[in-house]
Amino acid sequence: MKVINLLSVGLLSTALSTPVLADVESQDPIKLTTHDWTGQIITTTIMGEILQKAGYNIEYVQADYIAQFAGLKTGDLHVAMEIWETTGREAMDEATDTGKVVNLGESGMTAIEEWWYPGYMEELCPGLPDWQAMNDCAEEFATPETAPLGRYLGAPVTWGGFDEERIEALGLDFEVVHAGTDAALFAELESAYQRKAPIVLWLYSPHWAPAKYEGSYIEFPEYSVECYNDPSVGINPDAAYDCGKPVGPIWKVAWSGVEEKWPGAVAAIEAFDIDNEAMGALITQVDLDGVSVDEAVAEWLSANEETWSGWIQ
Amino acid sequence: MSGTAGQGEAVSLPMPTQAQDKARKRGWLFWLLLFVTTWGFSQWSFALYKALDARWIIRFPKQYELQLDTVISRLMSWLVEEASFGWFTFQQFTRFLSALVEAPYDWVRSLLIDGFSTGIGQQAVQQVPPLSWIAVIVMAMAIAAYARNARLALLAGGCFLYLALFGQWESAMVTLASVAIAVPIGVGGGLLLGILSYRVPVAERILRPLLDLMQTVPVFAYLVPILFLFGFGPVSALVATVIYAMPPMVRVSTVALKSVPEDIIEAGRMMGCTQRQLLWKVCIPTAMPSLMVGVNQVIMLSLNMVIIASMIGAGGLGYDVLTALRRLDIGGGIEAGLAIVVMAIALDRVSQAFATRNVRQRFIKGVPYHQRHPLLSTVLLVLLLTTVLGQFLPFVQSYPDDYTLSTSRYWAAGMEWINVNFFDQLEAVKTVLLTVLLLPVKRFFGGIPWAWGIIAMGLIGWRIGGWRLALMCTLMTFFLAWNGLWAKSMVTVYLCAVSVLLASVIGIPLGVWAGQSARANSIIGTVIDTLQTLPSFVYLIPVVMLFRVGDFSAMIAVVLYALAPAVRYAAHGIRSIDTEMIEAGKVSGCTSRQLLWRIKFPLATPSLLLGLNQTIMLALSMLVITALVGTRDLGQEVYIALTKANTGQGIIAGLSVAFIAIMADRIVAALARRSQQRLGLE
Repeated sequence: MKVINLLSVGLLSTALSTPVLADVESQDPIKLTTHDWTGQIITTTIMGEILQKAGYNIEYVQADYIAQFAGLKTGDLHVAMEIWETTGREAMDEATDTGKVVNLGESGMTAIEEWWYPGYMEELCPGLPDWQAMNDCAEEFATPETAPLGRYLGAPVTWGGFDEERIEALGLDFEVVHAGTDAALFAELESAYQRKAPIVLWLYSPHWAPAKYEGSYIEFPEYSVECYNDPSVGINPDAAYDCGKPVGPIWKVAWSGVEEKWPGAVAAIEAFDIDNEAMGALITQVDLDGVSVDEAVAEWLSANEETWSGWIQ
Repeated sequence: MSGTAGQGEAVSLPMPTQAQDKARKRGWLFWLLLFVTTWGFSQWSFALYKALDARWIIRFPKQYELQLDTVISRLMSWLVEEASFGWFTFQQFTRFLSALVEAPYDWVRSLLIDGFSTGIGQQAVQQVPPLSWIAVIVMAMAIAAYARNARLALLAGGCFLYLALFGQWESAMVTLASVAIAVPIGVGGGLLLGILSYRVPVAERILRPLLDLMQTVPVFAYLVPILFLFGFGPVSALVATVIYAMPPMVRVSTVALKSVPEDIIEAGRMMGCTQRQLLWKVCIPTAMPSLMVGVNQVIMLSLNMVIIASMIGAGGLGYDVLTALRRLDIGGGIEAGLAIVVMAIALDRVSQAFATRNVRQRFIKGVPYHQRHPLLSTVLLVLLLTTVLGQFLPFVQSYPDDYTLSTSRYWAAGMEWINVNFFDQLEAVKTVLLTVLLLPVKRFFGGIPWAWGIIAMGLIGWRIGGWRLALMCTLMTFFLAWNGLWAKSMVTVYLCAVSVLLASVIGIPLGVWAGQSARANSIIGTVIDTLQTLPSFVYLIPVVMLFRVGDFSAMIAVVLYALAPAVRYAAHGIRSIDTEMIEAGKVSGCTSRQLLWRIKFPLATPSLLLGLNQTIMLALSMLVITALVGTRDLGQEVYIALTKANTGQGIIAGLSVAFIAIMADRIVAALARRSQQRLGLE
């Protein structure tokens, strides 16, 4: 940005208008990362707008969810607003262990990831949402490629999730087919939903899909750390993963240098707190009603001034 | 394949003598034996492993696997964290390069989108607004008029107007800004490397395999190291774009310079040119039309990169396509995708016009400046007017949002209608193709034990291209197995084979048709062009809706993308047949069917093979993208490496894809050469 300024100053040779210096530690822009899902962009924009109201300069940088840790470690990037316990824990721990990245606490939202089916499946498979009903109607979920096993559309392989292990441990008559991206995942859901065709797939919230489509998560035996680590715990005494997926917080992280350079901003980011419901509503506004992120955020900010003004004091 | 006949045939039409007949029969026997053996191995490899208790038959022994990926990853982190030239570190050096690229990029961005301002962040005050949409359109028209004529100007103007009408203006300008930076760097760098390999033969020998790799290693494979070295943001995307788009410029400029006629160079020498003058004042101007072909290639490839570049922070139209499709706004995705197509059309036609531009008289004395330069003066006038007026009338500065069009709803409704009404029929077609074609081919390739695969590739290479090709194929195939990627490579080969087969079956007849009828040609040509410039992600998602996640969807997307060369080369082959040959056929009393099968097809074989070659290359490059819908091939390996930021894994998998591509390229090229020799076309 500096370069532009120099260039344009040189180009125009106009006198510099003296900027009003707000009362913050540094005028350098704080770089917030944005990823490729709407919820994260909304969270980041809310934080960015609030920091701007506090007088900080900010810059949004588009970066990959996992690859960004390399930038956070070197200080190329400064703040990442959504690291999900369920998908980002490993990368986050690796980064915080180096001491160059710090965890700024929970964002208030809870990540839920689980097998999900649309509401009309309950007619075909009355025992749902209990997981034990799944085997009775595995054939309903089958396709030519997977028959006689049911077809479960899993998330991209990189998201993990231990679904193959879960199927094995719980003796489910299902086969996992991995989508390559979440766009493919929702394309299949949309297609099936339009035709009222059977489908069971990986879904997560906060996201627009559970709001747009009526349906429920399958109820697996409840998750525990022991269930994942110790085969003897749980329904199947010989296998681990005989339970549902963990539910976990969504974390905020930052480059360790942020604390020294912009301590006030760190305090505001640490204070940031929003729940699944509010976020779900915002995501629905943007992804389903076509409101732009900026408008949705501006609306939320004006409606919740009391909440966020406390974060920047 | 017709390339199996013995060498040394150089008759103008294939009229087999007895000796050739024998050689041909021997050739068939070789291929038959090879196929039967491979099939046998593929069928019984598993049984063999069980019987002999030798697991190494189907899996490359783990303990001997090459751990190259960890070595590369370590090398990378050394480069990023420790490598130093003494005065400055390697990372500082790459960051310096990014700053060099970023400065002009920021400037163009300010010019087109943000405007120039002083101060940082919230204290920024805009001093000069960006170019208004009217000014940009007028400039595009003026450039087109300068390059050719008023008709081209209308086309260019129409294309840019589309961007404004459909509300894509801002994103389109972001994309235009990156193209405006990537293309000069790619062209300049490509030209310099081209000159280097023209002047220094050793450089050419070193560059050639490098260029092969740059063109065949999937971009996803080197995105992570680029991000590490050049930082997060648009610069990394620009660097990746340049790497991808530059190779054709290098090749074209070497060829163009080499083909400057000796007389012209001689004439230059006699005038007393120095080496430098000879190059810049004689050779390059003479080679200019060919060089412009290279420029055109760079522009088109840069636009191909728009989607991938937007995944690492380039923003623009590519980002709009991605976000629209992530929320299943298919119409929005198509509109943004078409905006890329439209921009590609404008840039393509104008740059092609520059390649064939007639130089006009420039200096006429006694005429006022604005009459001598009508285009430039119009542009300046419009620029000034819109900038001033834009201060008072906002719609002059930026196109009003309220007047943008959108077809989004109709696309979504159309898609739903097809989905609800035709899903079952489509499903039936899919099931048939799966059981008849895909699954048998998958089983065949999947069963081939790695050791036999290496031997078989060696044999194929030896038979087609002699011992050099044999050695190359053996080593490259061994690389796949040695890195533990055999199974995934075979899935890649299977998907590629099936898609190329289908693309040829559909594309060649279309091409033959287009080659014989001008009307068919114009329609088919438009469809093919659109399919190739439309970002594949746009149709990937609808394909998934209709065919679900899996190999079949991947195959459809690959076929759609790889169709183009099959059609184009077939049409070109049919069109470029010597009319005398056809006349001769007619005189001999051939029916039109005989004419096609006995004369046109055999004579078009070299062209068809070149088309096959290109189809394979495009199919492989697309396979990496289909990892986004979920395949279990090398493409997935590359994609996993990308999302886990694992440099080594990505580069190894990328190299594996490149090796498969290079092997296929060399084999098919050798076949094409031989069939050309046999037909006496060389």
